[in-house]
Amino acid sequence: MYATTYHRPASVADAAKLLSGHAEAKVLAGGQTLLPTMKQHLAAPSDLIDIRRIPGLQGVSVANGALVIGAATAHADVARNAEVLRHAPALACLAAGIGDPAVRHMGTIGGSVANNDPAADYPSAVLALNATVVTNRREIAADDYFKGMFTTALGADEIITAIRVTPPKRAAYAKFANPASRYALVGVFVAETASGVRVAVTGAGSDGVFRHKGLEAALAASFTPEAVDKVKISADGLLSDIHAGADYRAHLIGVMARRAVAAA
Amino acid sequence: MSEGIGARVKRKEDKRFITGKGRYTDDIRMENQAYAAFVRSPHAHARVTGIDRSAAEGMEGVIAVLTGPELVADKIGNLICGWAVSSKDGSGMKMGPWSALATDKVRYAGDAVAVVIAETPAAARLAAEAVAVDYAELPAVVHADRALDPGAPQVHDVAPGNLIYDWEIGNEAATDAAIAGAHHVTRMEITNNRLSPNPMEPRSAVATFDEAEDHYTLYTTSQNPHVARLVLSAFYNVAPEHKLRVIAPDVGGGFGSKIYIYPEEIVCLWASMKTKRSVKWTADRSEAFLTDAHGRDHVSTATMGFDTSGRITGFKVETIANLGAYMSLFSSCVPTYLYATLLSGQYDIANIHCNVKAVYTNTVPVDAYRGAGRPEACYLIERMMETAAREMGMNPADLRRKNFITAFPHQTPVIMAYDAGDFGGNLDKALKAADVAGFAARKAEAARRGKLRGLGYSCYIEACGIAPSAAVGSLGAGVGLWESAEVRVNPVGTIEVLTGSHSHGQGHETTFAQVVADRFGLPIGNVQIVHGDTDKVQFGMGTYGSRSGAVGISAIVKALDKVEAKVKKIAAHVLEAAEADLVIEGGAVKVAGTDRQMAWHEVGLAAYTAHNLPAGMEPGLKEGAFYDPVNFTFPAGAYIAEVEVDPATGVTEVVRFTAADDFGTIINPMIVEGQVHGGVAQGIGQALLEEVVYSDDGQLVTGSFMDYAMPRADDVPFYTIEHNTTVCPNNPLGLKGCGEAGAIGAPPAVINAITDAIGTNDLAMPATPQRVWRAIRAARPAMAAE
Repeated sequence: MYATTYHRPASVADAAKLLSGHAEAKVLAGGQTLLPTMKQHLAAPSDLIDIRRIPGLQGVSVANGALVIGAATAHADVARNAEVLRHAPALACLAAGIGDPAVRHMGTIGGSVANNDPAADYPSAVLALNATVVTNRREIAADDYFKGMFTTALGADEIITAIRVTPPKRAAYAKFANPASRYALVGVFVAETASGVRVAVTGAGSDGVFRHKGLEAALAASFTPEAVDKVKISADGLLSDIHAGADYRAHLIGVMARRAVAAA
Repeated sequence: MSEGIGARVKRKEDKRFITGKGRYTDDIRMENQAYAAFVRSPHAHARVTGIDRSAAEGMEGVIAVLTGPELVADKIGNLICGWAVSSKDGSGMKMGPWSALATDKVRYAGDAVAVVIAETPAAARLAAEAVAVDYAELPAVVHADRALDPGAPQVHDVAPGNLIYDWEIGNEAATDAAIAGAHHVTRMEITNNRLSPNPMEPRSAVATFDEAEDHYTLYTTSQNPHVARLVLSAFYNVAPEHKLRVIAPDVGGGFGSKIYIYPEEIVCLWASMKTKRSVKWTADRSEAFLTDAHGRDHVSTATMGFDTSGRITGFKVETIANLGAYMSLFSSCVPTYLYATLLSGQYDIANIHCNVKAVYTNTVPVDAYRGAGRPEACYLIERMMETAAREMGMNPADLRRKNFITAFPHQTPVIMAYDAGDFGGNLDKALKAADVAGFAARKAEAARRGKLRGLGYSCYIEACGIAPSAAVGSLGAGVGLWESAEVRVNPVGTIEVLTGSHSHGQGHETTFAQVVADRFGLPIGNVQIVHGDTDKVQFGMGTYGSRSGAVGISAIVKALDKVEAKVKKIAAHVLEAAEADLVIEGGAVKVAGTDRQMAWHEVGLAAYTAHNLPAGMEPGLKEGAFYDPVNFTFPAGAYIAEVEVDPATGVTEVVRFTAADDFGTIINPMIVEGQVHGGVAQGIGQALLEEVVYSDDGQLVTGSFMDYAMPRADDVPFYTIEHNTTVCPNNPLGLKGCGEAGAIGAPPAVINAITDAIGTNDLAMPATPQRVWRAIRAARPAMAAE
């Protein structure tokens, strides 16, 4: 790790001030992506702004019927939270399958969503549930938030404070894990929301998480595993690497979508 | 007896290991030690046209920046391969120069060109990044079967066409004729996938030059500290042997990768002399992936002929073996004398021929890795047998039985002479324990759940206990492969055993003590095993090739024989009895049939006070022995894997794994089971998960656990382990060895099971979900569409 200066601001406002005051600063929450990257000398932030303990950023509450998950809430806490289990159990299931126990007790939903790793699990949930990304400056709808691999709508000094989720009528997440990293080679989150059926795919797209319109249309007509079988899933725009070619990923999208629908 | 041979004694060494008090090389702290960081080539193949170290030298905490030309000027010798293998035409192997720090050329991504010595590891690493090296990139070749292409990039000038040797064994004409005249011929193209050893403890070295004494001390993660000292002294010119002490403290796994003496140890020793500081280096996992010797990487074509009753008439193999950018210490013998000599398998085959072409590529050097040549041979034979059985409509177990060797000793056409075995008995035990009879019902039940179940066999045999010195010497080995032991009975009766073997996970401190305890009826707490320090143990060849039992313990037994003889002479004199009437049991020397005895500690005291010894007897009770095996040993077994494949995704679950092994005499069944568990896990890892992948331009793509999949607990089942014992007739305790069997026998069993499940023989390792899915589509398109 290169030398860096560590800050522990007491409030989001202080954190934002530090961010705007240091051009090469990075926000640190669970560090499950940032710290390994720094250890490999692939990132060298001048300052680390640790927001994990800022009051109000951790924990789950319900407001006007919606789940409000603090950005610094660890995956393990989302996985066992009573409100999440009641209102959006698919989200709890997803959180329970991220990484391994060590990762789950440090990694946070805000960190995952801010990073937008194309193989991360949470982006598919946020997109499929039509969740809102709440920051220190505004609220961003899911459809406006994900801009590409590791790219989001967040501004330079913008910090996610919470993810707000309207409980779906039904939802589920099915993930096919990379045997080595256990990240999603393909992860499909299916949700029947107030605005209709949404299907978000992570792990497979060369531009990061995306909605699959063909699957959404088929499931809107008939929310059944059989409806998934009739959809032709294209390999265009899908990732190809040593673990999975684009055609295999296209196939897995269908398989995981089917399993998610069956479980929803 | 409860602590002797055959007892499930808990390991003595575990107390320090599981309480965090193990003492590994990285734990060693020398006074005022400095740290090394290596500058490594990012290119797979390039000329080094300049090194600018000025920026690095000026950085905080930097003591020195050293390069290849200075190393060569100080007469540090090139790394060598110690086993001379010749080509068919009689010419010797083409050993290209390997300097510990590259001088004019780098030949793999990771090849070291300079080293920074600094006050802290962080300072060393930062400065290493500031060393500016100018490279003129050259095209690279990475795949074994492309290295010989006309026009392929040349890795070493001394090896035109990248060919290191073109070696053969067996009678080609007779084998060709036998196959040509066969009733049925099975032919396969088989790749043995390249692996990275990944021991839990990365490599480390702490080197100290004592200027006052002109003496070097090296702490190193080595499986064989005496071999390290020999090679560092005789070939690398670091220091004469008597001025070099090598210590391998606790070593956290090796699997072969810690046999070799790497550039890093050589450079640390030399740098310590240059800087007059202790120099310490410890790899991180990325560096381990990049520099630890890899294993396997064979591409083969195999042809087997059968007569009308299914008996093998001939077996022909052509192999290209990738040895990487430089010839590592044992590398030449792994795809030849440790591989082709096992191509008879458990079968009575009259005609065998094998041709091996070893090649250079711009990749990490390849050398022995758990099994070393025998997994490659076993994978070939056992896939051929299973495939042939399917082609001929025969039960795979029956085809094997038809061909089993049943009379011993058995001379194969490929040098090895098997001493003892019961191959049919192994198979019977495996069939029963695996409940093969119930498989059809389990397969049907799985099918109702949409899953494909398959059964696969692997009847492996291997050569262990390497090796009879004269025999391997005649085959080109530069060393002898005996082992040494010294048994010291202390004045008050405790015992120290100094062994040339070295434990890096095998539990020698326990099993060796069990042998002594068994012999004299002493508690194992009274027996201390000493290993790993060239100042304490005079010489030894180290631990690899499952040799510590057959060879290491045999040396101990010989020394124990001498101790017993002297003990009886002393006791006979003191008790005024005839030696022939004496027995040693329960920690005492007793006159049989009487109550007259001498306690063990009394014998020791008598020997060292020397007040009343037989006339002419020297005082003391200390005996040494060297043991040179008369033959290899031949552990063998029958493995049966049962898998369930999900045709929708190609995922394979190993639902059952049955191992029926013949290891000869077993000293500690618990430790042996552990060895089988670990070996089978590594075998399943090779079959399903692990593969080193290089891009075409020589970049290591699988450079971390993000991409290199090691088996985890949920990747393997609980194993069913059986034993069928035929003692080895060629060493005192009848030991065959057990450490590598799992890694040798498991991969073909798993792949045979998957191909049985999905109905095609065309499947490569690792059988990742993608590979299996594609294989299913290629064989049965309707099945895979789901």
